[in-house]
Amino acid sequence: MNRVRMKLRVNGEEQEVLFHPYKTLLEVLREELGLTGTKHGCELGECGACAVLVDGAPLLSCLELAVQCEGRDIQTVEGMAQGTELHPLQAAFADLGGSQCGYCTSGMLMTAKALLDKEPAPSRERIKEALSGNLCRCTGYQQIWESVEEAARVLREAKP
Amino acid sequence: MNAPEKPRQKTRFDTIGKPRRRVDGRAKAIGQLRFADDLTLPRMLHAKLLRSPHPHALIESIDISRAQAHPGVQLVLTGAAFPVPYGIMPVSQDEHPLARERVRFVGDPVAAVIAADEYTANEALELIEVRYRPLATVASPEEGLANPEPRIHDYGEQGNIHRNQSYEFGDVDAALAKSDHVFEDLFFYEGNTHLPMEQQASLASLEGDGKLLLCTSTQNPHYLHRQLAAVLQMPAARIRVIATPNGGAFGGKCDPGNHEFVVSKAALMLGRPVKICLTREEVFYQHRGRHPVLMKFRTGVSKDGRLTAMHLQTLLDGGAYGSHGPASTFYTGVLTPVTYELPRFKFEACRVFTNKPACGPKRGHGTPQPRFGQEVQLDKIAERLGLDPAEMRLAMVTKPDSLTASWLRVGSTGLAECIRKVVEMSGWKERHRKLGPGRGLGIACSSYMCGAGVSIYWNKLPHSAVQLLLDRSGQVTVYCGATELGQGSDDVLASLIAEALGIAPGNIRCVTGDTGITPIDLGSYSSRVTIMMGNAALQAAGRVREQLAAAAAEQLNTLPERVVFSQDRVFSAENPGNTMSFIEAVALAEAKFGTIGAVGSYSPPRAPGRYKGAGVGPSPAYSFSACVVETEVDAHTGWITVPKIWIAHDIGRALNPVLARGQVIGGVYMGLGEALMEEQAFRRLPPKLSSALVHRNPSMLDYKSLTSLDMPDVEVALIEDPDPNCPYGAKEVGQGPLLPVMPAVANAVYDAAGVRIDEIPITPDKVLRALEKKAKGEAPRVGPESFPAVPYPQPIFVLPPWEGGDGNEAKDREGRKAA
Repeated sequence: MNRVRMKLRVNGEEQEVLFHPYKTLLEVLREELGLTGTKHGCELGECGACAVLVDGAPLLSCLELAVQCEGRDIQTVEGMAQGTELHPLQAAFADLGGSQCGYCTSGMLMTAKALLDKEPAPSRERIKEALSGNLCRCTGYQQIWESVEEAARVLREAKP
Repeated sequence: MNAPEKPRQKTRFDTIGKPRRRVDGRAKAIGQLRFADDLTLPRMLHAKLLRSPHPHALIESIDISRAQAHPGVQLVLTGAAFPVPYGIMPVSQDEHPLARERVRFVGDPVAAVIAADEYTANEALELIEVRYRPLATVASPEEGLANPEPRIHDYGEQGNIHRNQSYEFGDVDAALAKSDHVFEDLFFYEGNTHLPMEQQASLASLEGDGKLLLCTSTQNPHYLHRQLAAVLQMPAARIRVIATPNGGAFGGKCDPGNHEFVVSKAALMLGRPVKICLTREEVFYQHRGRHPVLMKFRTGVSKDGRLTAMHLQTLLDGGAYGSHGPASTFYTGVLTPVTYELPRFKFEACRVFTNKPACGPKRGHGTPQPRFGQEVQLDKIAERLGLDPAEMRLAMVTKPDSLTASWLRVGSTGLAECIRKVVEMSGWKERHRKLGPGRGLGIACSSYMCGAGVSIYWNKLPHSAVQLLLDRSGQVTVYCGATELGQGSDDVLASLIAEALGIAPGNIRCVTGDTGITPIDLGSYSSRVTIMMGNAALQAAGRVREQLAAAAAEQLNTLPERVVFSQDRVFSAENPGNTMSFIEAVALAEAKFGTIGAVGSYSPPRAPGRYKGAGVGPSPAYSFSACVVETEVDAHTGWITVPKIWIAHDIGRALNPVLARGQVIGGVYMGLGEALMEEQAFRRLPPKLSSALVHRNPSMLDYKSLTSLDMPDVEVALIEDPDPNCPYGAKEVGQGPLLPVMPAVANAVYDAAGVRIDEIPITPDKVLRALEKKAKGEAPRVGPESFPAVPYPQPIFVLPPWEGGDGNEAKDREGRKAA
């Protein structure tokens, strides 16, 4: 099968990638670009572990063909930190137990980021709802909610 | 030399007990932690497994010629490549990496293709032609008992019975006959699975010197290492297993997996790296999860609600292979007498092979099922006797430093404090039985072990060992075979050593779970890591500290035992101004002694029980938990809502409260999922489809688990009464807090709706059925109605400690009558 050559914009950098057209965005990110921070738990769109942001909205990268992503803005967990400084969501997840095994963490972080980008002060109920498509088997979710609330507070205080 | 440090007596801490970012927290938050499937190597190939579509069949022939000829295929393997069997337990060596002659469940691996990519490998799987001759199947333990032929395995007790055992500690029938009341109840606990977010993955390759390297998602690299050597028929020294960080495990990555042998063999044959990642559906077939268990409790009580004796019978649905089954069978009984004083105890258990994925250890291993029955029965007893269920429990908790009827030694216990705490937090006294129709509270308790007292195979090795290496840069590297599942074992290791050496945990490099370079640790199972690895770590750290103190004392003009280590400084206790940095102390010690390092190791204390089988159940310490659940039950739909859960866990000491609380809430979450919805259930296809037993829901969508929207708030109390056998007093927290949740839910449903659901999961249809029965004036109960005739063996009879026993099997039954 012939491969396609395409420019993908990932974490603000445009890269030319050569890949089989049947490959999902998840597979191209992990296997062609080496961005293994994005995980997979089912590859059927059921668990949320592979969530990335495409044009600012959370998207399950296991259900999206990479060929559909040309010209779109793709953000992954690798692009969250500013240099060595963690995004407030990343810091809160690490400090407050939002991440145990860490396998669902990338998807949780990206989904939570999309929420906080739109709603700087979400209620606990809104956070639960926004994360309801992301399964976690370790935490029981509570420390994830607390991490998102703490990050929201830090982000609000950072704004002038 | 100077007196060894006694870290357990330490009362002021720099690190321990303070909320802290875990040592691997940053790597997880930036997506940099490499799980098994994140690894790639040049020239890497991919493996896929062909699995049986039949639940039970003989393999008549396998034709791999077309698959082998498929472009891109490098190798096709069948059972012929693997003559040597394996199994996690020495008594159950009943698996092969690829089936030889016979398949035993839908999903049993039959062949493997190794190809340039997964796509090609999947194409080639379809070109393999297997001719099967279907055999009669066994769907349940009852069917297995009724149909000894055909046997699923040619070993075991008899017919399709894998394990069968019976113990009696004091004359139980005599005690029941003398009891004021005897309660008889049946319970059923459906199987469920771990569902770790990470699918199992393995990457096998040859190192430059030709030795095999397997990087894999496993909880037990040591046991896997041994089994690889046996199955691959090569010296263990030529094999290195690295346990990659696990993306959740919960017991599901304890058994060696077929895929691990397949990629190892393929890498050895091809001289190229070979990777496999199971699909989510395959993870359901790998399973090794919670056994479905049918239970019968006959329990005697006095008028005031004290237990007099208990006769517990269990029947386990083992699935197609042995797995941890012999241990699982024991665990459906052995921890029953730990929570409450129980003068006499009889326990009979039977595990039957069925044509379904093998069951094994899941968080709580064998104990959640009887705990559910025991704690629901106690609720019924309290109600019948007009007692408060919390007060009744409080009056009979086991005492510190006591023995059970079965000769388990209970050390420290904070259960009474746990009960008082959840009663207070939940407003129990004002709210239980008083919330009005549709709302209720339920309470339950539990106990769990802090590590199994004996290894899975007989040996005299330490259960855990730690090696420390320090150098003049101040770098501290710790080597240990313990395995990070996400539970925080690396953080426990780093924090204990940091505390002992007075440095920050972040300054310690953890090298763990690598059989090539780390000393032995038996694995991350049975809640053993904090206690066993932790004690080994403190011994090693204490020895290093002696070296550092000896060198620093000369410079500080003090005695070595007066040297204090705290906050990256080393100073004299008399004159804290007389100080040097930790780095300077290491440099001095290196100059004085040469290389600075030490080893430490730990083996659990010998248990007092001496009878055959007494090795299962003993532990250096036991943790305790109490839980109150609030429910709302909709009488029209049977829907159960859980608005709030309160739990108190006796942890001894919380090393890092962030992680400890996370383990408790995570355990509550998993317990609540089991209570309300999780089930690994099967159905039979019609005869024209070979009557196959197929998994009902092998996907994350259909296998129901709690989402963020379903999870209630959990209020956690950590009860800290340091245990002398544990590092700085810290007991387990990974498994215990799950155990009281399911019975507390059932008891809360009764308080809310007046119906008893004696079966897990408690689903709306069962609630509705029970409500209908209640409306018709029938017993408002849904649960098993009968217990089959199980041919349990004659019990091993042991006298309890208070009846003159010595921990051995009584020589004759006369001893019983005399007692």
